[in-house]
Amino acid sequence: MSALGRFWRRARRSRSILYCGGMLTGLVVVALLGPVLSPHNYLQTDFDNILRAPSLVGGHVFGRDDLGRDLFVRSMLGIQVTMLVAIVASTVSLIIGVVYGAIAGLAGGRVDAVMMRFVDTLYALPFIFFVILLMVAFERNFILIFVAIGAVNWLDMARIVRGQTLSLREREFVQAAALGGVSFAGIILRHIAPNLIGVVTVYLTLTIPQAILVESFLSFLGLGIQEPQTSLGTLVDAGVNHMENAAWMLLIPAALLALILLCFNFLGDALRDVFDVRQAR
Amino acid sequence: MLRYALLRLLGAIPTLLLVIVLAFLMVHAAPGGPFDDERALPAEIEANIAAAYQLDQPLPQQFLRYISGLVRGDLGPSYRYRDLTVSDLIGGAFPLSLKLGAMAMLLATVIGVGAGTLAALRQNSLLDRALMAMAMTGISIPVFVIAPVLVLLLAVHLQWLPAGWSGTSAGGRFVLPVVSLALPQIAYIARLTRASMIDVLASDFIRTARAQGLGTFTIVRLHALKPAMLPVLSYMGPAIAAILTGSVVVEEIFGIPGLGQHFVRGALNRDYTLVLGIVVFYAALVILLNLVVDLLYGVIDPRIRQR
Repeated sequence: MSALGRFWRRARRSRSILYCGGMLTGLVVVALLGPVLSPHNYLQTDFDNILRAPSLVGGHVFGRDDLGRDLFVRSMLGIQVTMLVAIVASTVSLIIGVVYGAIAGLAGGRVDAVMMRFVDTLYALPFIFFVILLMVAFERNFILIFVAIGAVNWLDMARIVRGQTLSLREREFVQAAALGGVSFAGIILRHIAPNLIGVVTVYLTLTIPQAILVESFLSFLGLGIQEPQTSLGTLVDAGVNHMENAAWMLLIPAALLALILLCFNFLGDALRDVFDVRQAR
Repeated sequence: MLRYALLRLLGAIPTLLLVIVLAFLMVHAAPGGPFDDERALPAEIEANIAAAYQLDQPLPQQFLRYISGLVRGDLGPSYRYRDLTVSDLIGGAFPLSLKLGAMAMLLATVIGVGAGTLAALRQNSLLDRALMAMAMTGISIPVFVIAPVLVLLLAVHLQWLPAGWSGTSAGGRFVLPVVSLALPQIAYIARLTRASMIDVLASDFIRTARAQGLGTFTIVRLHALKPAMLPVLSYMGPAIAAILTGSVVVEEIFGIPGLGQHFVRGALNRDYTLVLGIVVFYAALVILLNLVVDLLYGVIDPRIRQR
């Protein structure tokens, strides 16, 4: 696919993509390897050594929490969980959004109008409150968190895919293919889908930080990931409770969370420039 | 204009109804009852409680009763605060949340528009880049990270401002919550203003104004600001929703007895009626404010009024 090759060549020249992509890859690698290589584990409590500040002695580089657990291992576990939730939730919203948007865009006319009116209606709702309601009503588990966050974030994707599909459908090369006798499925697979990859990639990169935000928001409120499992939001919440005498408990997970979100946002912005996607509003 | 407003208001009713149905079903589809406890109660007592709260009736009947109560402003009894109704709780807590939210919104608009305009006037300068890098950081860092870090720095270490809510009645206690709530919105609004201001400043009527010898400040104030505000105005709807969401964590962090705190407590205590009531209230509020924003759009942009 030469289109992808072209994007790749342009992407490699962008410094934001290089730095942010590298930073995120590095973080994920450390988050995956760190807990394996560290002599400590995320569950091991030590009540003689609670709230110990970061130090190289004993290898607790991020210090210890209020139960004496090693904060480095817990932070790395937090990154793992946060990333996992973000990726799965974004995939859920990707699938819903692309299917919904593509159907609306391909159908056009009245079907499209009704489907988009529905999206507009949903846009007006404070969705996060529904997610909280869902968390209250049902037992809190991983899968529900994935689905809930994915179900919140598909609206942007649907709008953008729909807009792109609608304009592609009218383009000369698609009409030429249709006149030339290419089947409907063939047109979608050969002409529409490849041209959607760019926008979808860009908005996927921008959906991931949103999913991270929702997950950490819920976890911060105590409605998301539950102890002894942890996520960056849960860690920030614990840090707030001890910030006066153990500032590192707040600052380390907060900085990691901010760094991840910042990197994804810069990456998304830079990719948007590379793919030359205009905001489809 | 009035006709349009009324039509839009009517159009909002199905949306609100959809919200109520969804929220109601979610709460009632929950496994386990609201009064389940570690201690198992005898079956007769459980039946009595269910009857007292009319939870033994069929679902459609419960829903109709909820709606008819809602129309009269009655959102039912709270399941945890035994002496209070949900309407009492909302009515008691909302004014404070409204005050916080309105102050944050005002701050975000004034500073966001100011910074965005400044960046647009000095496009690609060092100032512009610095402002936009700050804005990107502001967008990326969630409220529940900004707020505690500000508390740690300004209240715990420097002791310039009070950290909590209770224990002081000075106006200073508003500063940190309002600033934490406003920061991400300042960032969004600054980015939006910059982009649209650059567009507007490149248009012909601005060039004409320049040719007439008007100063930059006059041009921005008289000619550029109003058209450049349109994208910012259409962002107001999402901004309001974001500030509502943010107020939940900010009230929790600072211990402010507002609606957001009730919501979180209700959620953790499984106070179903309270949570349901607040969701319906928030949704109605967001829908109403979106409507106001749409009407304001017509006030600023005469082309829309024509339709």
